[in-house]
Amino acid sequence: MELTTIVFYLFAAITLIAGAIVVFSRSVVYSAFALLFTFFGVAGLYVLLMADFLAVTQLMIYVGAILVLLIFGVMLTTRVIDVQMRTGTIQVLPALLIVAALAGVLVHIFVSTDWNVLPEAFAPEQTAPQIGTALLTTYVLPFEVASVILLVALIGAAMIARRERKA
Amino acid sequence: MPDWNDWLMQPGLTHFLIVSGILFSLGVFAIITRRNAVMVLMGIELILNAANINFVAFSRFTTGAFDGQVIAVFVIILAAAEAAIALAIVLNIYQMFNTVNVDEINLLRD
Repeated sequence: MELTTIVFYLFAAITLIAGAIVVFSRSVVYSAFALLFTFFGVAGLYVLLMADFLAVTQLMIYVGAILVLLIFGVMLTTRVIDVQMRTGTIQVLPALLIVAALAGVLVHIFVSTDWNVLPEAFAPEQTAPQIGTALLTTYVLPFEVASVILLVALIGAAMIARRERKA
Repeated sequence: MPDWNDWLMQPGLTHFLIVSGILFSLGVFAIITRRNAVMVLMGIELILNAANINFVAFSRFTTGAFDGQVIAVFVIILAAAEAAIALAIVLNIYQMFNTVNVDEINLLRD
């Protein structure tokens, strides 16, 4: 058994088990912390896919920013002393059936399709220079639009969250 | 599948796609069943991560170019913007309704 195989199954297991904990845990705080391990596992999968820059980006933005935001959201919107921390679930059984069917169909499609896989190995020495070049040449318009979107999101989030309560 | 054992030993495109498919289904499940709006957001993050795995896996195994990785960077950017806006809206909803359960916020229903 090769080392890459072991590492792949390790990260896949971390991702999926933590993802299941996120979904099935009764407590929001447990879910938020399990989400940390999901993001970590996905970053490991990126490394296995030769996307080291993306893996570091994933760790910095998802774990460093989005997860912290979500935990802030949990802390600010749940009464910690109350039992409110345990959130209810609705329509679990039909959802379970539908989602199991969805996952089955997806996996069946993925397995049965004859993907046009590259014969030679894709092993770039580094990915950050190529991604930077692509961002400033082919993808320069989406790049600029993304910067405007981030500015708009920043101002919008501040406006929405800081609005004073009407008396 | 000619040789099941051999297939399991060689993680290729299909393995990554299966992981992302299961992650996507988990995210859909969270969105459908959870009442807490923050949990719904977590489900959306799971779905975005699953989509990103797909992009990077296809870029690694079928094109050999960096387009998939660049698109994944854009997805991460939009996820950050979405999380910030959505959390601001959730905080506002909490101030108005004193709850973040999505099935109790039915001001527009009647």
